[in-house]
Amino acid sequence: MSEARRSADVIVIGGGIHGCSTAMHCAMRGLSVILIEKDHAGRHASGVNAGGVRQLARHVAEIPLSNTSMALWHRIEDLVDDDCGFTSDGQVLVAEDEEDLGNCRARVDDLTLRGFHHEELIDAAELRRLVPAVSDACPGGVVSRRDGAAIPLRATQAFKRKAQSLGADIREGVRVTRVARDGANWRVETDHGAFHSSRIVNAAGAWADRIAADLAEPVPLEVIAPMLMITARMPAFIKPVVILRKRKLSFKQFENGTVLIGGGYLGRAIRDENRTVLDWGKLATNAKTVWDLFPIMRGAPILRAWAGIEARMPDDLPVFGRSARHEGVYHQFGFSAHGFQLGPGAGAVMAEIIATGSSNVPIDGLGIARFAVSAQP
Amino acid sequence: MITIETIGQVAEHYDIAVVGAGPAGLAAASRAAELGLSVLLADENPAPGGQIYRAITTTPVTKRAVLGEDYWKGGALVDRLRPTNAAYAPGCTVWSVAPDEAGGFELGLSLGGQARLIAAGQVILATGAQERPFPIPGWTLPGVMTAGAAQIALKASGLVPSGRTVIAGCGPLLYLLAGQLAAAGANIVAVLDTTPRRNWLAAIAAFPGFLRSPYLAKGLKLMAAARGRLPFKTGVTALAAGGSDKLTGVTVTRGGASETIPCDALLLHQGVIPGINLANAAGCAQHFDTVQHCWTPTVDDWFASSIPGIAIAGDGAGIGGAESAALRGEIAALDAARRLGRLSEAERNEKAAPTQAELARSLRGRRFLDLLYRPAPQFLAPPADETIVCRCEEVTAGQIRDTARRLGVTGPNQMKAFLRCGMGPCQGRLCGPTVVELIAQERGVSAEETGYYRLRPPVKPVTLAELAALPPTDAAIKAVVR
Repeated sequence: MSEARRSADVIVIGGGIHGCSTAMHCAMRGLSVILIEKDHAGRHASGVNAGGVRQLARHVAEIPLSNTSMALWHRIEDLVDDDCGFTSDGQVLVAEDEEDLGNCRARVDDLTLRGFHHEELIDAAELRRLVPAVSDACPGGVVSRRDGAAIPLRATQAFKRKAQSLGADIREGVRVTRVARDGANWRVETDHGAFHSSRIVNAAGAWADRIAADLAEPVPLEVIAPMLMITARMPAFIKPVVILRKRKLSFKQFENGTVLIGGGYLGRAIRDENRTVLDWGKLATNAKTVWDLFPIMRGAPILRAWAGIEARMPDDLPVFGRSARHEGVYHQFGFSAHGFQLGPGAGAVMAEIIATGSSNVPIDGLGIARFAVSAQP
Repeated sequence: MITIETIGQVAEHYDIAVVGAGPAGLAAASRAAELGLSVLLADENPAPGGQIYRAITTTPVTKRAVLGEDYWKGGALVDRLRPTNAAYAPGCTVWSVAPDEAGGFELGLSLGGQARLIAAGQVILATGAQERPFPIPGWTLPGVMTAGAAQIALKASGLVPSGRTVIAGCGPLLYLLAGQLAAAGANIVAVLDTTPRRNWLAAIAAFPGFLRSPYLAKGLKLMAAARGRLPFKTGVTALAAGGSDKLTGVTVTRGGASETIPCDALLLHQGVIPGINLANAAGCAQHFDTVQHCWTPTVDDWFASSIPGIAIAGDGAGIGGAESAALRGEIAALDAARRLGRLSEAERNEKAAPTQAELARSLRGRRFLDLLYRPAPQFLAPPADETIVCRCEEVTAGQIRDTARRLGVTGPNQMKAFLRCGMGPCQGRLCGPTVVELIAQERGVSAEETGYYRLRPPVKPVTLAELAALPPTDAAIKAVVR
């Protein structure tokens, strides 16, 4: 890890959970790696998200990656030498009415036909058993029993440290300013000089569109700031993570009693200043949903609210896989506010693709080619 | 002055919102209102005065000598506000300040259990100072409190600690409080002075400035009065509060020897630092002031922060004392009026000139005090591993040192993810400076490089019910009506 090191087999741009995981898995495969991060590992979306480790309610195009990842989450301590605060008490999608439950049934049936069995339809009785505090009006829902949650910054940093221990060179506080072709190699220019490699991974999150633009692969990336809030410690009343379909809500009580409330309501992101501005009107709507569904929460003091800076693609699916234009360029960004769970598995699959040229895990539908100008109608 | 009693009486919009009704806030609100601007002065306390003039209009303490002549000066600040049209909202917490899309600011308020969002063109944060954390073994035991808390009880309710009382620490306020409590009848069995002797070496260069200082006569009087009457012990190098379920004594180390003084109350104080939580959560830039040895919002000569439209007046932008706070509030209000177009730049400059001169005079000698009363390193970064640093989450100094070393944690924001320090209801007010100190020490870097917590609104807790019932803002209603 000499300071003078300027080239490696792989350069990863971005130190979120995806960049760190890919760097770690590349290092495990014996590749030399430099990871370049403008702030510190997990500074943005990877460090301040809700920590949900969820297979539940994912788009079918993501399910194979998600399944790969889930297997890794369940042996996370063996993988990165830190339990990452991972707990597995399941995630429950609560149906608010019969129509909602009908949609749940259709979804589970569809997954079954496709050969996926991680989602399970539950009736009112099982819902009450799993989530006793939920309002009596809810008729059932869906559970994914192996799901859970982890501590985001801790997990991201665990991947970083493990990558480091395997020889990856992690450069925090180094900002990439431009990426360009340099003979057979790629030159990654930064505010701390240039780096060279034959293979680069664009895992730059909410800043990844700038890298993609340098590579003449522009993408319609939207910079978003999903908001979260957390309460003071409450008596233990819920084990699984709860999400809603109709109204937006995600809801999780930690072991220490604090309750995390999210739902994807957006604040304002000012990405060039690393700053976000909260929208209290929307957080009030978020709070109202909790007020309706969990009467026990009404007096809970809200201690903090915040938002991360995150990339969202128009179809809410990540950009994952090889570049459509260049040899040696790989994209791994745009996880659209649900990339945390995918981090471990996506890094493993990406490293496999980089090292061997392919992977058995299907990633169809996630390629950057879907945004190529010629592909537009 | 229009006193606001319910949240419904707060208007949708003010030219200027002033947060905090201590000397800076009272002066800023008065000046702004006198210039014809609409002003909201929001303050958490039930009565104006801030900490220094706490309960100035309501205190049951009637013997003027107990609290000292300086305290009673606060009355004039309130009297100045009375004839104005400023809206004064006591018992009102400002839990969020954020830029809105119209170029002004949105403030989250809470009053009488109800929350509300309002708008203001300009914001002056006059949130004042807080006591510097003083983490020693046993400081979480019942019976141990900050000297400031004892002073609140005295001013607001005329109460003094019962039983044998020990006061420990350093700084001018320590002597003031010792004198006030003694005058009010407290049984002070020891005053333990932790001022490091070598501080004189650093401070002596600033002594000429102190000789021309308004603090000099006042300070000497305070010191002489306290020293003459109270059992002082100087050169204290270590302190530990003892007792199993409540305080029974304090162990003091001086000159290498330790003794235990039995007591029922231990009042700790090692100076004040700016209360930065609201400014930090609003996104105002801050830096580490190496003379005052604390994080301070970065402001210009008009006390404007890095965010155009937010000014920070008074001790919240660097400790200067009550007199300077009022002057700084005045200057910040003039600049806010200029930003709102009420004053031209020339008018602002002209009106501010005498106040600026007075401010310079009031701050003379400050540097000497800052250098002399800088706490010893062992009281900033507790050497004993078992000392609790984050009281909300019960995180110890040893855990922080170990995590910084073993996991290579470089700053307090990362530390939160591993130990939860700073994630409790106080949002790091009681642990932030200590956590920074410990990480900096462990890594061998400066506090500035270590950084500080990024704080999040609500700066003070709001209940879910309050938030859920948040009335839609004027802007949101209009958006729907259109």
